[in-house]
Amino acid sequence: MSRAERLAAGPPERTGAPAAGAAAVTAAAAVAGPEGRPAPGVPRAPRLVWSLGLLRSELVTVFRRGRTLALFAVLAGVPLLVGIAVRIETHGGGSAGGGRGDGPAFIEQVSNNGLFLTFASLAATLPFFLPMAVGVVAGDAVAGEAGGGTLRYLLVAPAGRTRLLAVKYLSVLAFCVAATVVVAVSALVVGFALFPVGDVTTLSGTTLSLSDGMLRALLIALLVAASLVGMGALGLFVSTLTDSGIGAMATTVGLLITVQIVDTIPQLHAVQPYLFPHYWLSFADVLRDPMQWDGVVRNLGLQALYAAVFGSAAWARFSTRDVTA
Amino acid sequence: MDGVAEGEPDGGGGPDPGDVVIETRGLAKQYRGTLAVDGLDLRVPRGSVFGFLGPNGSGKTTTIRMLMGLIAPTAGSARVLGSPMPQAVRSVLPRVGALIEGPALYGFLSGRDNLLRYDAADPTADPRTRVARVGAALDRVGLSAAAGKRAKAYSLGMKQRLGLAAALLQPRELLVLDEPTNGLDPQGMREIRGLVRGLAADGTTVFLSSHLLDEIEQVCTHAAVMARGRLITQGPVADLSAGALGRLAVTTPDVGDAARILAEHGVRDLTTAGGRVTGELPAEPPDLAELNAALVTAGVRVRGFGLERASLEDTFVALTGEGFDVAG
Repeated sequence: MSRAERLAAGPPERTGAPAAGAAAVTAAAAVAGPEGRPAPGVPRAPRLVWSLGLLRSELVTVFRRGRTLALFAVLAGVPLLVGIAVRIETHGGGSAGGGRGDGPAFIEQVSNNGLFLTFASLAATLPFFLPMAVGVVAGDAVAGEAGGGTLRYLLVAPAGRTRLLAVKYLSVLAFCVAATVVVAVSALVVGFALFPVGDVTTLSGTTLSLSDGMLRALLIALLVAASLVGMGALGLFVSTLTDSGIGAMATTVGLLITVQIVDTIPQLHAVQPYLFPHYWLSFADVLRDPMQWDGVVRNLGLQALYAAVFGSAAWARFSTRDVTA
Repeated sequence: MDGVAEGEPDGGGGPDPGDVVIETRGLAKQYRGTLAVDGLDLRVPRGSVFGFLGPNGSGKTTTIRMLMGLIAPTAGSARVLGSPMPQAVRSVLPRVGALIEGPALYGFLSGRDNLLRYDAADPTADPRTRVARVGAALDRVGLSAAAGKRAKAYSLGMKQRLGLAAALLQPRELLVLDEPTNGLDPQGMREIRGLVRGLAADGTTVFLSSHLLDEIEQVCTHAAVMARGRLITQGPVADLSAGALGRLAVTTPDVGDAARILAEHGVRDLTTAGGRVTGELPAEPPDLAELNAALVTAGVRVRGFGLERASLEDTFVALTGEGFDVAG
């Protein structure tokens, strides 16, 4: 308050309002160029490279936000918790889960090979944690700007509706990759710190060298990130429907939970192949020898379909809607 | 409905588009059955400081949103800087700076980063001069000292200044400022008025919506008045306030006698307050010198005698009051 008052009072030379205005005009004129006045009828031409400035700005804005960093912290915490739990459980020897086959996939192998913590953590976070984080970011992408009123200033800048939506989706995709990388790297560090690491036994029973295992882990991380593409498009579409960022996030996450429940009800098996999470855990097939691509291809195809359908819907909605917030 | 005080003749055939920066024809917007804006024919001449007046809910902001391509009109057309508006957004808006319904900022970004982001959203903005232009805009609104603070810590006045700075990131042909002095203290208001005058002197057309009539009167060359979604009048400010008759004001300790004598000479609507009598002159006013002489002859001690020019406020109240009756 006092700061604001001092600012409003300003330095002495600014107190004469017209004089201050005139001085400021000169300052801006220096920036405007030699003529120093707006040149009517000579619009500045947009340039493609300059258009990329918005993408850079969007990425910086998304990744500098406290909320994004908090989501990353939660995601990084999952492998840590799983790792510590497995470590405590197996302290007296033996494997976690007691061989009953419960718990997330791969968790039994973690105590023998720390690399499996990466697979286990990705398998544990893919059904809810990762898509929820994506849902938060995607749901807020447009609705949050609308709710905060910044959307109208971006559009008046003019960002261009199609360009803004494309930039928003690209930043959501970047977040999908970053979130997956956070889980994978955290799991890798925790796994290497807490457990022995060595050759990888595939689900088919063959053995891969550690470096091959790492490559498979990288491939799995990429597949997990790609699995979130459809979720991102769905969240972006929901985001164009409302001016409430919280509402869009809640709706997107609610849809995820609903779809995940439907995916587990046997009586609804007819629709299940069309649900975006249905083939998510197909990434485990990468750990077979030879790798099996059926499920992976279906998953990627389904994600592309969701991205196309909901991306188009988001564009159709956003390019025609009235921006009243 | 048509402007009662059109400044220049309008042949109806469309004047030279170079002279008009905003032109709407029959512009209308309907929200769920209610007409927010109804048949608006607005003409903003190039180089003017154009005041856009109207009570709350009269459709000012809806009009501005249509002009900026944020919402699509239900009927009619709008041209801004010579181009049709919802369609030519990308070529027109880089030449327009806008402050619409108050500032909107990213609270978690600093003031400077907010401006950098808005500037990055403009594909015609050169990134090589971005930092310099942002610095100049901050300086221009007096925010340089607080540029590094997070925007959520800003007071309303500081946010308003930052919003103005965003509109001034580039040299603009047209500035659309919706309530630019909202939340500012008197000193800040003076600075903004000075800024607007400086911009206008520089050749920028300024379209200024405000509910502060003295502000419009001080700064604007032209004005339009809206009520209930309809345009009531538009034209040069001098013509608008000339439409209403002035009031006679007499300062005297003998208010009772003064009022009696003024009434005898046909002055109506007399009010007395604190040693002052004011009244409305009749349609054919008497010679003011004779009126004054009559007061003095009757023993009224006249300390002050004069005609108060009708303010824009009088005009505004008369116009919107009538407008309400007609629309009712």
